[in-house]
Amino acid sequence: MTLVKTKIGRRAFIRNTGLAGGGLVLGFNWLASCKMTPEQVRSLPKEWFELNGFLKVGDNGLVTIMSPNPEIGQNVKTAMPMIIAEELDVAWKDVIVEQAPLNTTIFTRQLAGGSQSIRQGWESLRMAGATARHMLKEATAQAWQVPFSEITTKEGQLMHEASGKSAGFGEMASAATGIEVPEEVELKENTNFSIIGTDIKNVDGEKIVTGKPLFGLDVQREGMLTAMIVHPPAFGMKYKGMNAESVKSMPGIKDVFHFEVYPEDTEKQWSDGGGIPELVAIVGNSTWECMQAKKALEVEWQEDSKLESTAYHDEALTALLEKAPEQPARKDGDVEAAFKKAAKIVESTYSAPYLAHNTMEPMNFFAHVTPEKAELLGPIQTPEFLELTLASRLGMPVEKIDVMMTRMGGGFGRRLYGTFAVEAAVISQKMNAPIKLVYTREDDMTQGTYRPAYKVKYKAGLDEKGNLIAWHVRGAGTNDDLIFENRFPAGAVDNYLAEKHSLQTNVTTGAWRAPRSNFIAGAEQAFMDEVAEASGKDPIEFRLELFDRAINNPVGEPETNDYDPERYAGVLKLVKEKSNWTSNPNGKSRGVSAYYCHNSYVAQVLDLEDGDGMPKVGKVWCAVDCGIVVNPLSAKNQVEGGIVDGIGHATYSALSFKDGKPEQSNFDRYRLIRNTEAPKEIETFFVDNGIDPTGLGEPSLPPIVGALANALYKATGRRHYSQPFINERPPLVG
Amino acid sequence: MATYTLNINGKKQEVDVDPSTPILWVLRDHLSLVGTKYGCGIAQCGACTIHLDGKATRSCVLPVSSIGEQKITTIEGLSENGDHPVQKAWLEVDVPQCGYCQAGQIMTASALLESNPNPSDEEIENAMNGNICRCGTYLRIRKAVKMAAKS
Repeated sequence: MTLVKTKIGRRAFIRNTGLAGGGLVLGFNWLASCKMTPEQVRSLPKEWFELNGFLKVGDNGLVTIMSPNPEIGQNVKTAMPMIIAEELDVAWKDVIVEQAPLNTTIFTRQLAGGSQSIRQGWESLRMAGATARHMLKEATAQAWQVPFSEITTKEGQLMHEASGKSAGFGEMASAATGIEVPEEVELKENTNFSIIGTDIKNVDGEKIVTGKPLFGLDVQREGMLTAMIVHPPAFGMKYKGMNAESVKSMPGIKDVFHFEVYPEDTEKQWSDGGGIPELVAIVGNSTWECMQAKKALEVEWQEDSKLESTAYHDEALTALLEKAPEQPARKDGDVEAAFKKAAKIVESTYSAPYLAHNTMEPMNFFAHVTPEKAELLGPIQTPEFLELTLASRLGMPVEKIDVMMTRMGGGFGRRLYGTFAVEAAVISQKMNAPIKLVYTREDDMTQGTYRPAYKVKYKAGLDEKGNLIAWHVRGAGTNDDLIFENRFPAGAVDNYLAEKHSLQTNVTTGAWRAPRSNFIAGAEQAFMDEVAEASGKDPIEFRLELFDRAINNPVGEPETNDYDPERYAGVLKLVKEKSNWTSNPNGKSRGVSAYYCHNSYVAQVLDLEDGDGMPKVGKVWCAVDCGIVVNPLSAKNQVEGGIVDGIGHATYSALSFKDGKPEQSNFDRYRLIRNTEAPKEIETFFVDNGIDPTGLGEPSLPPIVGALANALYKATGRRHYSQPFINERPPLVG
Repeated sequence: MATYTLNINGKKQEVDVDPSTPILWVLRDHLSLVGTKYGCGIAQCGACTIHLDGKATRSCVLPVSSIGEQKITTIEGLSENGDHPVQKAWLEVDVPQCGYCQAGQIMTASALLESNPNPSDEEIENAMNGNICRCGTYLRIRKAVKMAAKS
């Protein structure tokens, strides 16, 4: 047993009080509750006893667990409660899961981003479960007048072996609420886990497959109006004026007005990045009526700053790659001297376009703002920051603002930037009515907050024996400097120089699933393949030699290198073994890649097959080291999703601009990967090392781009430098 | 505005809407059947798929005035207790990630199996190709359709 200090804080332990959005008589409304089996519905307890903010125990032993973080498809709504249930020691069949409201007094870091929910929640979730178990045990010890240490638990039962007594959690729940919150609690040994490490299905599964209202776009309220926005058609333009009178009289239209989302005195949070300061709102009775009004409305716009085109971004990024920045990001040894004595030099430049997030559920939010309070409900990855912005923008203390989270139809980083929720609140305040703001797909795709466009130039030097003696990387991105200077191969090469530039543009950018890594991993691992080929070594052996160097004799202080070379090499060895790397199956072209991000290590091998004379993705092998895997079933789902996402965007997707205007605004011209284009098979292997869990929502995406590029080279004899690869000939087929 | 009597999930429903209103918005805004999803509005993504006389149809570009007597089935009416073989297979395989596109995927898959009870792998992929899943659940979708076909 491990003893840990309970750091949740006394305020988190509210006994028998009405917790925001919950309390003793919590209704199982459609938004909050899930995974209620018919048996559970029939046997709902008469009374709930809240042992801490994370959970309450019913008098019949059913346990309600609050899932604190936003759910965007990364499946934390299942995984986070699993961790609590494990330490509470309750059977999963007796667990009901609810989405917690925003309450940072009780829940820490209610944010979906950076693949950090499980990693950063691990300790507090375990503690929440263990603390409640401790209190139940203490109450039982007192009731039976036996020592605390003699009480054991299993699957919701409390037992005293010597006397043969036993009781369900429900029987002791009331008494447990009177127990002092312990200073210290015991955590289970990993070997005693009975829920963590088992396959548990998505708690919202039944609601999803039967079409129940789960998402922000599904919210409906009495008297609710629909709102839409009209934003400038091009980056670099702003509102000038409009004549909305005729549109205001269209059927079902309540109002059309121009408004400032962010007046100058608004205290903005980082989550307001990319927000358009001024917009036009259309408010009406229904979505279709608003859409019709939106089509009819003519707004005048004026140029505010440079109207940029993709050709300009390309030229400006290329120009940046030609010059050294004032300061290198990292410099070990002397690359120039090493290049002079190198037997071979390899040099390549890689690039990728802007990408839109394109969550399947477009941006939307429900808001009901009255002079007394503000109620917000919808899909948001950063509810805590939204609340702060709303307090400033609405002129209202945070206590009067309620932010509730719905399940999200995808996030991928887009819903970190809750500007749409601020817009909804401002529109509701002006209308003095409950409204649901809905973005059309076109609004969503052309509004901004994109994955930046990137370019990177690599140069490597090899000695006569094919050893890597110098590595120079210089990268640039739009509003982003791209390079992680302390990641591999930093620390594994004597002469290393990393340089980075950022091109300031008015096309707004933001985090997009695995920011920077989503491009740089593929570029680096494709270049690594070129260098390995020049060295005459097998690409996996070449990488493993570099990891050996980083393990045995790292360059620079080991702690400055942002990776553990043993774990990195571990996933590469695992995927080598599982894919039977040494044999090269007939008719298949293979590529390998490995990357570290979000605290996790991933290595992949990808096979291309012949698809009527064109390469088609066959099988992908994926080795992952993310520490303890909480839910292997959904972990595999995440890994598969990341692989499909990475292959899809690198192969098919691009957003381009002409005079500041996005040239793609819907899925007719913006291509996303489809069913026939996804890999034939994906096999995932997790390293079992008992280390505390790390990120999983993002890490499988970045390296697959390198594995694909390297397999494409084998299949076509040509290196693929420029995304999307579909523009290269011959293209991949679906 | 005009009044239409629609046959939805075996029930007659009357709505008073503009004739150009796509059936997607009639379902969502006027009848509170929000299981059918809005994804693109131009029949490109498949999130809005319903059955029209049993055939998979994109509801986002289908004006209410064109429906007439045709029977509409939405995800809410696919089965009484969520136990259509496709729904069961979807749960068994744990297909959904975010879940948003899945109603459309299920409606496409169930229409496929209705017309072709034993589709080949290629037929499954081709039939499902019109439905975008941004989370990348395509491999499990194929598996679930196969499972449902066998059941």
